[in-house]
Amino acid sequence: MQRYLRVLRLFWEVAIAAELEYRLNFVIATLSSLTALGGNLFGLFLFYRTGYGFQDWSWQEALVVLGVFTLLQGFAATFLSPNLSRIVKHVQAGTLDFVLLKPISSQFWLSTRTLSPWGFPDLVLGATMVAYAGHQLGLGLGNYLAAVIPLTLGFLSLYSLWFILGATSIWFVKIYNVTEVLRNFLEAGRFPIVAYPPAFRIFFTFVIPVAFLTTVPAQVFLNRIDYTWLAGAGLLAIGLFQASRWFWRFALRFYTSASS
Amino acid sequence: MPLPRCLQRPLRVIPTLLSVYYAYMIEYRAELMFWVLSGSFPLILLGLWQEAARSGQFELTPDQIVRYFLAVFVVRQLTVVWVIWDFEREVLEGKLSPLLLQPLDPGWRHFLSHLAERLARLPFIVALVGLCLWLYPEARQAPAHLLWSLGAICLAFCLRFLMQYTSAMVAFWVERATAIEQFSFLLYTFFSGMVAPLALFPETVRAAVFWTPFPYLIYVPASLIVGLPVNIGQSMVTTLLWCVFFWGLNRWLWRRGLKRYSGMGA
Repeated sequence: MQRYLRVLRLFWEVAIAAELEYRLNFVIATLSSLTALGGNLFGLFLFYRTGYGFQDWSWQEALVVLGVFTLLQGFAATFLSPNLSRIVKHVQAGTLDFVLLKPISSQFWLSTRTLSPWGFPDLVLGATMVAYAGHQLGLGLGNYLAAVIPLTLGFLSLYSLWFILGATSIWFVKIYNVTEVLRNFLEAGRFPIVAYPPAFRIFFTFVIPVAFLTTVPAQVFLNRIDYTWLAGAGLLAIGLFQASRWFWRFALRFYTSASS
Repeated sequence: MPLPRCLQRPLRVIPTLLSVYYAYMIEYRAELMFWVLSGSFPLILLGLWQEAARSGQFELTPDQIVRYFLAVFVVRQLTVVWVIWDFEREVLEGKLSPLLLQPLDPGWRHFLSHLAERLARLPFIVALVGLCLWLYPEARQAPAHLLWSLGAICLAFCLRFLMQYTSAMVAFWVERATAIEQFSFLLYTFFSGMVAPLALFPETVRAAVFWTPFPYLIYVPASLIVGLPVNIGQSMVTTLLWCVFFWGLNRWLWRRGLKRYSGMGA
Protein backbone atom coordinates (compact mmCIF):
# COMPACT_ATOMS: atom_id res chain seq x y z
CA MET A 1 0.00 0.00 0.00
CA GLN A 2 2.75 2.37 1.04
CA ARG A 3 4.61 1.66 -2.14
CA TYR A 4 1.53 2.60 -4.15
CA LEU A 5 1.20 5.90 -2.33
CA ARG A 6 4.84 6.71 -2.93
CA VAL A 7 4.54 5.86 -6.62
CA LEU A 8 1.38 7.95 -6.86
CA ARG A 9 3.17 10.97 -5.41
CA LEU A 10 6.01 10.61 -7.87
CA PHE A 11 3.62 10.25 -10.80
CA TRP A 12 1.71 13.37 -9.96
CA GLU A 13 4.72 15.51 -9.14
CA VAL A 14 6.19 14.72 -12.52
CA ALA A 15 2.88 15.30 -14.30
CA ILE A 16 2.32 18.70 -12.71
CA ALA A 17 5.89 19.76 -13.35
CA ALA A 18 5.49 18.82 -17.01
CA GLU A 19 2.18 20.62 -17.38
CA LEU A 20 3.49 23.79 -15.78
CA GLU A 21 5.48 24.25 -18.96
CA TYR A 22 2.26 25.31 -20.64
CA ARG A 23 0.99 28.06 -18.40
CA LEU A 24 -0.94 29.76 -21.20
CA ASN A 25 -2.98 26.59 -21.63
CA PHE A 26 -4.03 26.89 -18.05
CA VAL A 27 -5.27 30.44 -18.62
CA ILE A 28 -7.26 29.27 -21.64
CA ALA A 29 -8.68 26.38 -19.61
CA THR A 30 -9.81 28.77 -16.90
CA LEU A 31 -11.40 31.06 -19.44
CA SER A 32 -13.18 28.13 -21.07
CA SER A 33 -14.43 26.89 -17.71
CA LEU A 34 -15.80 30.32 -16.84
CA THR A 35 -17.55 30.60 -20.20
CA ALA A 36 -18.96 27.12 -19.84
CA LEU A 37 -20.21 28.03 -16.39
CA GLY A 38 -21.92 31.14 -17.74
CA GLY A 39 -23.47 29.12 -20.54
CA ASN A 40 -24.65 26.39 -18.19
CA LEU A 41 -26.25 28.93 -15.89
CA PHE A 42 -27.90 30.56 -18.87
CA GLY A 43 -29.19 27.19 -20.07
CA LEU A 44 -30.68 26.49 -16.65
CA PHE A 45 -32.11 30.02 -16.46
CA LEU A 46 -34.00 29.41 -19.71
CA PHE A 47 -36.01 26.73 -17.94
CA TYR A 48 -36.69 28.74 -14.80
CA ARG A 49 -37.34 32.04 -16.59
CA THR A 50 -41.07 31.62 -17.04
CA GLY A 51 -41.77 30.23 -13.59
CA TYR A 52 -41.41 26.61 -14.68
CA GLY A 53 -39.31 24.42 -12.42
CA PHE A 54 -38.11 20.83 -12.56
CA GLN A 55 -40.52 18.78 -10.48
CA ASP A 56 -39.76 19.70 -6.82
CA TRP A 57 -36.40 21.25 -7.60
CA SER A 58 -36.01 24.93 -6.83
CA TRP A 59 -33.48 27.08 -8.69
CA GLN A 60 -30.87 26.72 -5.94
CA GLU A 61 -31.39 22.98 -5.75
CA ALA A 62 -30.96 22.68 -9.50
CA LEU A 63 -27.74 24.69 -9.08
CA VAL A 64 -26.45 21.98 -6.75
CA VAL A 65 -26.93 19.38 -9.49
CA LEU A 66 -25.12 21.61 -11.96
CA GLY A 67 -22.33 22.11 -9.42
CA VAL A 68 -21.93 18.36 -8.91
CA PHE A 69 -21.89 17.91 -12.68
CA THR A 70 -19.13 20.52 -13.02
CA LEU A 71 -17.16 18.74 -10.28
CA LEU A 72 -17.47 15.45 -12.16
CA GLN A 73 -16.38 17.11 -15.35
CA GLY A 74 -13.35 18.54 -13.58
CA PHE A 75 -12.57 15.13 -12.14
CA ALA A 76 -12.76 13.54 -15.58
CA ALA A 77 -10.60 16.22 -17.18
CA THR A 78 -7.99 16.03 -14.41
CA PHE A 79 -7.66 12.32 -13.82
CA LEU A 80 -9.40 10.33 -16.51
CA SER A 81 -8.95 11.76 -19.98
CA PRO A 82 -5.16 12.31 -19.91
CA ASN A 83 -4.62 8.71 -18.80
CA LEU A 84 -7.10 7.31 -21.25
CA SER A 85 -5.36 8.79 -24.26
CA ARG A 86 -2.15 7.22 -22.96
CA ILE A 87 -3.71 3.77 -22.84
CA VAL A 88 -4.63 4.14 -26.49
CA LYS A 89 -1.09 5.20 -27.33
CA HIS A 90 0.44 2.30 -25.41
CA VAL A 91 -1.73 -0.20 -27.22
CA GLN A 92 -1.10 1.37 -30.59
CA ALA A 93 2.66 1.51 -30.15
CA GLY A 94 2.98 -1.80 -28.29
CA THR A 95 4.64 -0.12 -25.31
CA LEU A 96 2.03 -1.64 -23.03
CA ASP A 97 4.56 -4.48 -22.61
CA PHE A 98 6.74 -2.28 -20.42
CA VAL A 99 3.81 -1.40 -18.21
CA LEU A 100 2.82 -5.02 -17.79
CA LEU A 101 6.36 -5.93 -16.73
CA LYS A 102 6.42 -3.49 -13.84
CA PRO A 103 5.99 -4.94 -10.33
CA ILE A 104 2.81 -2.97 -9.76
CA SER A 105 -0.84 -3.41 -10.74
CA SER A 106 -1.08 -2.46 -14.38
CA GLN A 107 -4.54 -1.02 -13.90
CA PHE A 108 -3.20 1.25 -11.17
CA TRP A 109 -0.27 2.30 -13.31
CA LEU A 110 -2.43 3.07 -16.32
CA SER A 111 -5.15 4.95 -14.48
CA THR A 112 -2.95 7.15 -12.29
CA ARG A 113 0.11 7.69 -14.45
CA THR A 114 -0.60 11.31 -15.17
CA LEU A 115 -2.95 14.11 -14.29
CA SER A 116 -3.70 17.35 -15.98
CA PRO A 117 -4.29 20.62 -14.15
CA TRP A 118 -6.63 21.58 -16.99
CA GLY A 119 -9.52 20.24 -14.94
CA PHE A 120 -8.71 22.24 -11.78
CA PRO A 121 -10.78 25.30 -12.75
CA ASP A 122 -13.83 23.09 -13.18
CA LEU A 123 -13.24 21.46 -9.79
CA VAL A 124 -12.98 24.87 -8.12
CA LEU A 125 -15.99 26.32 -9.93
CA GLY A 126 -18.11 23.25 -9.24
CA ALA A 127 -17.27 23.36 -5.54
CA THR A 128 -18.01 27.09 -5.47
CA MET A 129 -21.37 26.59 -7.09
CA VAL A 130 -22.33 23.87 -4.61
CA ALA A 131 -21.15 26.01 -1.70
CA TYR A 132 -23.05 29.05 -2.98
CA ALA A 133 -26.30 27.12 -3.39
CA GLY A 134 -25.75 25.44 -0.01
CA HIS A 135 -25.27 28.82 1.59
CA GLN A 136 -28.46 30.16 0.01
CA LEU A 137 -30.39 27.16 1.24
CA GLY A 138 -28.85 27.45 4.72
CA LEU A 139 -27.25 24.02 4.77
CA GLY A 140 -24.69 23.10 7.41
CA LEU A 141 -21.39 21.27 7.56
CA GLY A 142 -23.16 17.95 8.09
CA ASN A 143 -24.68 18.17 4.64
CA TYR A 144 -21.30 18.72 3.01
CA LEU A 145 -19.76 15.80 4.87
CA ALA A 146 -22.69 13.55 3.99
CA ALA A 147 -22.42 14.51 0.33
CA VAL A 148 -18.78 13.42 0.19
CA ILE A 149 -19.80 9.76 0.32
CA PRO A 150 -22.12 9.63 -2.72
CA LEU A 151 -19.80 11.97 -4.58
CA THR A 152 -16.90 9.58 -4.07
CA LEU A 153 -19.12 6.73 -5.19
CA GLY A 154 -19.99 8.78 -8.28
CA PHE A 155 -16.30 9.38 -9.03
CA LEU A 156 -15.64 5.67 -8.63
CA SER A 157 -18.48 4.70 -10.97
CA LEU A 158 -17.35 7.20 -13.55
CA TYR A 159 -13.77 6.00 -13.32
CA SER A 160 -14.84 2.39 -13.74
CA LEU A 161 -16.96 3.19 -16.78
CA TRP A 162 -14.06 5.03 -18.37
CA PHE A 163 -11.61 2.31 -17.60
CA ILE A 164 -13.87 -0.37 -19.07
CA LEU A 165 -14.16 1.70 -22.23
CA GLY A 166 -10.42 2.29 -22.17
CA ALA A 167 -9.82 -1.45 -21.93
CA THR A 168 -11.79 -2.03 -25.13
CA SER A 169 -8.88 -0.29 -26.82
CA ILE A 170 -7.11 -3.68 -26.71
CA TRP A 171 -9.49 -4.82 -29.45
CA PHE A 172 -10.47 -1.61 -31.21
CA VAL A 173 -7.24 0.37 -30.71
CA LYS A 174 -8.65 3.77 -31.69
CA ILE A 175 -11.44 4.39 -29.22
CA TYR A 176 -11.46 8.16 -28.83
CA ASN A 177 -14.94 8.30 -30.24
CA VAL A 178 -16.34 5.66 -27.89
CA THR A 179 -15.49 7.90 -24.98
CA GLU A 180 -16.97 10.79 -26.93
CA VAL A 181 -20.27 8.88 -26.96
CA LEU A 182 -20.07 8.33 -23.21
CA ARG A 183 -19.18 11.99 -22.60
CA ASN A 184 -22.23 12.98 -24.60
CA PHE A 185 -24.59 10.85 -22.58
CA LEU A 186 -23.07 12.10 -19.34
CA GLU A 187 -24.13 15.61 -20.37
CA ALA A 188 -27.58 14.49 -19.28
CA GLY A 189 -26.30 14.77 -15.70
CA ARG A 190 -26.48 18.54 -15.81
CA PHE A 191 -30.11 18.38 -14.77
CA PRO A 192 -31.97 16.46 -12.06
CA ILE A 193 -33.23 13.17 -13.38
CA VAL A 194 -36.88 14.10 -12.78
CA ALA A 195 -36.56 16.79 -15.44
CA TYR A 196 -36.71 14.06 -18.10
CA PRO A 197 -39.70 12.18 -19.49
CA PRO A 198 -40.17 8.66 -18.03
CA ALA A 199 -38.48 6.77 -20.87
CA PHE A 200 -35.36 8.96 -20.56
CA ARG A 201 -35.32 8.46 -16.78
CA ILE A 202 -35.22 4.69 -17.19
CA PHE A 203 -32.43 4.96 -19.75
CA PHE A 204 -30.34 7.30 -17.61
CA THR A 205 -30.82 5.22 -14.48
CA PHE A 206 -30.41 1.67 -15.69
CA VAL A 207 -28.63 1.79 -19.04
CA ILE A 208 -26.24 4.68 -18.47
CA PRO A 209 -26.31 5.39 -14.74
CA VAL A 210 -26.16 9.18 -14.97
CA ALA A 211 -28.75 9.57 -12.21
CA PHE A 212 -26.37 8.05 -9.66
CA LEU A 213 -23.54 10.33 -10.66
CA THR A 214 -25.13 13.74 -10.13
CA THR A 215 -28.71 13.57 -8.89
CA VAL A 216 -28.02 11.21 -5.99
CA PRO A 217 -25.10 13.22 -4.53
CA ALA A 218 -27.20 16.37 -4.85
CA GLN A 219 -30.11 14.71 -3.07
CA VAL A 220 -27.90 13.58 -0.22
CA PHE A 221 -26.53 17.09 0.06
CA LEU A 222 -30.05 18.50 0.17
CA ASN A 223 -31.04 16.00 2.83
CA ARG A 224 -33.83 14.42 0.85
CA ILE A 225 -32.40 11.09 -0.12
CA ASP A 226 -34.28 7.88 -0.33
CA TYR A 227 -31.86 5.33 1.11
CA THR A 228 -32.55 2.74 -1.57
CA TRP A 229 -31.01 5.18 -4.06
CA LEU A 230 -27.91 5.64 -1.94
CA ALA A 231 -27.58 1.88 -1.57
CA GLY A 232 -28.00 1.63 -5.34
CA ALA A 233 -25.19 4.14 -5.85
CA GLY A 234 -22.95 2.12 -3.54
CA LEU A 235 -23.70 -1.18 -5.21
CA LEU A 236 -23.23 0.36 -8.62
CA ALA A 237 -19.85 1.87 -7.75
CA ILE A 238 -18.51 -1.33 -6.21
CA GLY A 239 -19.99 -3.49 -8.94
CA LEU A 240 -18.60 -1.33 -11.73
CA PHE A 241 -15.19 -1.14 -10.08
CA GLN A 242 -15.02 -4.89 -9.73
CA ALA A 243 -16.23 -5.24 -13.31
CA SER A 244 -13.49 -2.93 -14.53
CA ARG A 245 -10.82 -5.01 -12.79
CA TRP A 246 -12.24 -8.23 -14.14
CA PHE A 247 -12.66 -6.78 -17.60
CA TRP A 248 -9.09 -5.50 -17.70
CA ARG A 249 -7.71 -8.94 -16.89
CA PHE A 250 -10.01 -10.43 -19.51
CA ALA A 251 -8.90 -7.88 -22.10
CA LEU A 252 -5.23 -8.51 -21.43
CA ARG A 253 -5.67 -12.10 -22.56
CA PHE A 254 -6.32 -10.73 -26.02
CA TYR A 255 -3.41 -8.35 -26.01
CA THR A 256 -0.90 -9.19 -28.69
CA SER A 257 2.06 -6.95 -28.14
CA ALA A 258 4.05 -5.47 -30.95
CA SER A 259 6.63 -8.22 -30.70
CA SER A 260 4.55 -11.36 -30.22
CA MET B 1 -19.40 20.31 -77.41
CA PRO B 2 -16.24 20.70 -75.33
CA LEU B 3 -16.67 22.35 -71.96
CA PRO B 4 -15.04 25.70 -71.35
CA ARG B 5 -11.54 25.27 -70.04
CA CYS B 6 -12.16 26.90 -66.68
CA LEU B 7 -14.74 24.19 -65.92
CA GLN B 8 -12.80 21.20 -67.18
CA ARG B 9 -10.32 21.02 -64.36
CA PRO B 10 -12.76 21.35 -61.43
CA LEU B 11 -15.00 18.74 -63.03
CA ARG B 12 -12.10 16.33 -63.09
CA VAL B 13 -10.62 17.19 -59.69
CA ILE B 14 -13.81 17.24 -57.64
CA PRO B 15 -15.15 13.76 -58.49
CA THR B 16 -11.68 12.26 -58.15
CA LEU B 17 -11.07 13.67 -54.69
CA LEU B 18 -14.63 12.92 -53.59
CA SER B 19 -14.36 9.27 -54.57
CA VAL B 20 -10.96 8.95 -52.91
CA TYR B 21 -12.13 10.41 -49.63
CA TYR B 22 -15.40 8.50 -49.79
CA ALA B 23 -13.51 5.23 -50.09
CA TYR B 24 -11.31 6.30 -47.20
CA MET B 25 -14.28 7.09 -44.96
CA ILE B 26 -16.08 3.87 -45.80
CA GLU B 27 -13.07 2.04 -44.42
CA TYR B 28 -13.93 3.20 -40.89
CA ARG B 29 -17.64 2.48 -40.78
CA ALA B 30 -17.73 1.51 -37.09
CA GLU B 31 -15.92 4.69 -36.15
CA LEU B 32 -18.40 6.68 -38.23
CA MET B 33 -21.32 5.17 -36.37
CA PHE B 34 -19.81 6.21 -33.05
CA TRP B 35 -19.33 9.72 -34.35
CA VAL B 36 -22.99 9.84 -35.34
CA LEU B 37 -23.98 8.65 -31.86
CA SER B 38 -21.74 11.18 -30.19
CA GLY B 39 -23.92 13.90 -31.71
CA SER B 40 -26.83 12.80 -29.57
CA PHE B 41 -26.72 15.88 -27.36
CA PRO B 42 -29.82 17.44 -29.04
CA LEU B 43 -31.77 14.28 -28.26
CA ILE B 44 -31.07 14.70 -24.54
CA LEU B 45 -32.32 18.26 -24.68
CA LEU B 46 -35.31 17.06 -26.65
CA GLY B 47 -36.39 15.08 -23.59
CA LEU B 48 -35.81 17.96 -21.21
CA TRP B 49 -37.67 20.54 -23.24
CA GLN B 50 -40.48 18.19 -24.15
CA GLU B 51 -41.10 17.61 -20.47
CA ALA B 52 -40.82 21.34 -19.76
CA ALA B 53 -43.20 22.30 -22.58
CA ARG B 54 -45.85 19.95 -21.19
CA SER B 55 -46.27 22.44 -18.37
CA GLY B 56 -47.62 24.92 -20.91
CA GLN B 57 -45.43 27.71 -19.55
CA PHE B 58 -43.41 28.09 -22.74
CA GLU B 59 -44.24 29.53 -26.12
CA LEU B 60 -43.78 26.23 -27.94
CA THR B 61 -45.87 23.07 -27.71
CA PRO B 62 -44.26 19.70 -26.87
CA ASP B 63 -44.78 18.55 -30.47
CA GLN B 64 -43.03 21.59 -31.85
CA ILE B 65 -40.16 20.95 -29.44
CA VAL B 66 -39.79 17.35 -30.59
CA ARG B 67 -39.73 18.39 -34.23
CA TYR B 68 -37.31 21.21 -33.56
CA PHE B 69 -34.73 19.10 -31.76
CA LEU B 70 -34.93 16.29 -34.31
CA ALA B 71 -34.23 18.94 -36.95
CA VAL B 72 -31.34 20.22 -34.82
CA PHE B 73 -29.96 16.70 -34.67
CA VAL B 74 -30.07 16.37 -38.46
CA VAL B 75 -28.58 19.81 -39.09
CA ARG B 76 -25.82 19.18 -36.58
CA GLN B 77 -24.99 15.84 -38.22
CA LEU B 78 -24.80 17.43 -41.63
CA THR B 79 -22.65 20.34 -40.54
CA VAL B 80 -20.07 18.65 -38.31
CA VAL B 81 -16.60 20.01 -39.05
CA TRP B 82 -13.21 18.92 -37.66
CA VAL B 83 -10.79 20.58 -40.07
CA ILE B 84 -8.85 22.32 -37.29
CA TRP B 85 -7.56 19.04 -35.83
CA ASP B 86 -6.35 17.85 -39.23
CA PHE B 87 -4.86 21.19 -40.13
CA GLU B 88 -3.08 21.62 -36.80
CA ARG B 89 -1.42 18.25 -37.25
CA GLU B 90 -0.41 19.03 -40.81
CA VAL B 91 1.25 22.26 -39.73
CA LEU B 92 2.98 20.85 -36.65
CA GLU B 93 4.26 17.72 -38.36
CA GLY B 94 5.19 19.48 -41.57
CA LYS B 95 2.78 17.41 -43.62
CA LEU B 96 1.55 20.62 -45.17
CA SER B 97 4.75 21.00 -47.17
CA PRO B 98 4.10 18.39 -49.88
CA LEU B 99 0.54 19.63 -50.22
CA LEU B 100 1.80 23.13 -50.94
CA LEU B 101 3.59 21.85 -54.03
CA GLN B 102 0.36 20.67 -55.62
CA PRO B 103 -1.54 22.98 -57.93
CA LEU B 104 -4.55 22.90 -55.60
CA ASP B 105 -5.15 24.89 -52.45
CA PRO B 106 -5.06 22.49 -49.43
CA GLY B 107 -8.30 24.02 -48.18
CA TRP B 108 -10.21 22.36 -51.01
CA ARG B 109 -8.92 18.96 -50.01
CA HIS B 110 -10.26 19.43 -46.50
CA PHE B 111 -13.54 20.73 -47.83
CA LEU B 112 -14.03 17.78 -50.15
CA SER B 113 -13.02 15.27 -47.48
CA HIS B 114 -15.73 16.71 -45.22
CA LEU B 115 -18.21 16.52 -48.06
CA ALA B 116 -17.34 12.88 -48.77
CA GLU B 117 -17.71 12.02 -45.11
CA ARG B 118 -21.21 13.50 -45.22
CA LEU B 119 -22.11 11.03 -47.95
CA ALA B 120 -20.69 8.12 -45.98
CA ARG B 121 -22.54 9.26 -42.86
CA LEU B 122 -25.87 9.63 -44.61
CA PRO B 123 -27.12 6.04 -44.15
CA PHE B 124 -26.53 6.19 -40.38
CA ILE B 125 -28.36 9.50 -40.10
CA VAL B 126 -31.29 8.19 -42.12
CA ALA B 127 -31.49 5.09 -39.91
CA LEU B 128 -31.35 7.09 -36.68
CA VAL B 129 -33.90 9.65 -37.85
CA GLY B 130 -36.14 6.79 -38.96
CA LEU B 131 -35.88 5.32 -35.46
CA CYS B 132 -36.74 8.68 -33.89
CA LEU B 133 -39.71 9.20 -36.20
CA TRP B 134 -40.94 5.75 -35.26
CA LEU B 135 -40.59 6.57 -31.55
CA TYR B 136 -42.13 10.02 -31.94
CA PRO B 137 -45.10 9.79 -34.31
CA GLU B 138 -45.93 13.43 -33.59
CA ALA B 139 -42.73 14.47 -35.32
CA ARG B 140 -43.74 13.00 -38.68
CA GLN B 141 -44.20 16.00 -40.90
CA ALA B 142 -43.01 17.17 -44.27
CA PRO B 143 -40.30 19.86 -44.07
CA ALA B 144 -41.93 23.28 -44.07
CA HIS B 145 -39.62 24.89 -46.63
CA LEU B 146 -37.76 22.05 -48.27
CA LEU B 147 -35.63 24.02 -50.71
CA TRP B 148 -34.87 26.87 -48.36
CA SER B 149 -33.86 24.50 -45.57
CA LEU B 150 -31.57 22.56 -47.90
CA GLY B 151 -30.00 25.83 -48.96
CA ALA B 152 -29.66 26.95 -45.37
CA ILE B 153 -28.00 23.66 -44.39
CA CYS B 154 -25.48 23.99 -47.23
CA LEU B 155 -24.72 27.56 -46.23
CA ALA B 156 -24.47 26.59 -42.57
CA PHE B 157 -21.96 23.88 -43.44
CA CYS B 158 -19.90 26.32 -45.52
CA LEU B 159 -19.97 28.94 -42.78
CA ARG B 160 -19.03 26.47 -40.07
CA PHE B 161 -16.20 25.16 -42.23
CA LEU B 162 -14.94 28.65 -42.97
CA MET B 163 -15.09 29.66 -39.31
CA GLN B 164 -13.16 26.64 -38.16
CA TYR B 165 -10.67 26.77 -41.01
CA THR B 166 -10.03 30.39 -40.10
CA SER B 167 -9.28 29.53 -36.47
CA ALA B 168 -7.11 26.73 -37.80
CA MET B 169 -4.84 29.34 -39.39
CA VAL B 170 -3.74 30.28 -35.87
CA ALA B 171 -1.78 27.01 -35.92
CA PHE B 172 0.92 28.90 -37.83
CA TRP B 173 1.54 31.03 -34.75
CA VAL B 174 0.71 28.88 -31.72
CA GLU B 175 1.03 25.16 -31.10
CA ARG B 176 -2.43 24.46 -29.81
CA ALA B 177 -4.93 26.05 -32.15
CA THR B 178 -7.56 23.55 -31.04
CA ALA B 179 -7.85 25.36 -27.70
CA ILE B 180 -9.41 28.25 -29.61
CA GLU B 181 -11.83 25.91 -31.27
CA GLN B 182 -12.81 24.43 -27.91
CA PHE B 183 -13.58 27.91 -26.70
CA SER B 184 -15.59 28.90 -29.74
CA PHE B 185 -17.40 25.58 -29.55
CA LEU B 186 -18.81 26.68 -26.20
CA LEU B 187 -20.28 29.80 -27.78
CA TYR B 188 -21.54 27.65 -30.63
CA THR B 189 -23.29 25.31 -28.18
CA PHE B 190 -25.05 28.02 -26.27
CA PHE B 191 -25.91 30.54 -28.99
CA SER B 192 -26.64 28.38 -32.00
CA GLY B 193 -29.96 27.13 -30.66
CA MET B 194 -28.59 23.74 -29.68
CA VAL B 195 -29.50 24.02 -25.98
CA ALA B 196 -32.85 25.69 -26.62
CA PRO B 197 -34.75 27.15 -29.56
CA LEU B 198 -33.91 30.83 -29.82
CA ALA B 199 -37.64 31.51 -29.66
CA LEU B 200 -37.40 30.75 -25.94
CA PHE B 201 -34.52 33.17 -25.28
CA PRO B 202 -35.24 36.50 -23.60
CA GLU B 203 -35.97 39.16 -26.23
CA THR B 204 -32.78 41.21 -25.76
CA VAL B 205 -30.47 38.18 -25.77
CA ARG B 206 -32.11 36.87 -28.92
CA ALA B 207 -31.72 40.20 -30.71
CA ALA B 208 -28.03 40.29 -29.76
CA VAL B 209 -27.39 36.68 -30.76
CA PHE B 210 -28.76 37.24 -34.26
CA TRP B 211 -25.85 39.59 -34.93
CA THR B 212 -23.37 36.76 -34.34
CA PRO B 213 -22.79 33.98 -36.88
CA PHE B 214 -23.95 31.24 -34.49
CA PRO B 215 -27.75 31.07 -34.97
CA TYR B 216 -27.28 30.64 -38.71
CA LEU B 217 -25.40 27.40 -38.06
CA ILE B 218 -28.23 25.51 -36.36
CA TYR B 219 -31.26 27.53 -35.42
CA VAL B 220 -32.11 29.00 -38.83
CA PRO B 221 -31.83 25.76 -40.84
CA ALA B 222 -33.68 23.79 -38.14
CA SER B 223 -36.45 26.38 -37.95
CA LEU B 224 -36.83 26.32 -41.71
CA ILE B 225 -37.29 22.56 -41.59
CA VAL B 226 -39.96 22.60 -38.89
CA GLY B 227 -41.60 25.86 -39.90
CA LEU B 228 -40.81 28.13 -36.96
CA PRO B 229 -41.00 31.77 -38.06
CA VAL B 230 -37.71 32.94 -39.60
CA ASN B 231 -36.98 35.92 -41.77
CA ILE B 232 -35.67 33.91 -44.71
CA GLY B 233 -34.19 36.65 -46.88
CA GLN B 234 -32.46 38.43 -44.06
CA SER B 235 -30.94 35.26 -42.62
CA MET B 236 -29.64 34.11 -45.99
CA VAL B 237 -28.00 37.46 -46.65
CA THR B 238 -26.47 37.58 -43.16
CA THR B 239 -25.10 34.05 -43.51
CA LEU B 240 -23.57 34.94 -46.86
CA LEU B 241 -22.02 38.10 -45.43
CA TRP B 242 -20.47 36.14 -42.58
CA CYS B 243 -19.17 33.59 -45.11
CA VAL B 244 -17.55 36.36 -47.12
CA PHE B 245 -16.08 37.88 -43.97
CA PHE B 246 -14.51 34.63 -42.81
CA TRP B 247 -13.33 33.82 -46.32
CA GLY B 248 -11.48 37.13 -46.48
CA LEU B 249 -10.03 36.77 -43.01
CA ASN B 250 -9.01 33.20 -43.80
CA ARG B 251 -7.17 34.13 -47.01
CA TRP B 252 -5.42 37.02 -45.28
CA LEU B 253 -4.25 34.83 -42.38
CA TRP B 254 -3.27 32.08 -44.82
CA ARG B 255 -0.93 34.39 -46.73
CA ARG B 256 0.58 35.83 -43.56
CA GLY B 257 0.85 32.39 -41.97
CA LEU B 258 2.58 30.77 -44.92
CA LYS B 259 5.40 33.29 -44.61
CA ARG B 260 5.92 32.16 -41.04
CA TYR B 261 5.43 28.48 -41.75
CA SER B 262 8.52 26.58 -40.72
CA GLY B 263 7.26 23.02 -40.38
CA MET B 264 9.56 20.13 -41.13
CA GLY B 265 10.92 20.39 -44.63
CA ALA B 266 9.72 23.92 -45.23
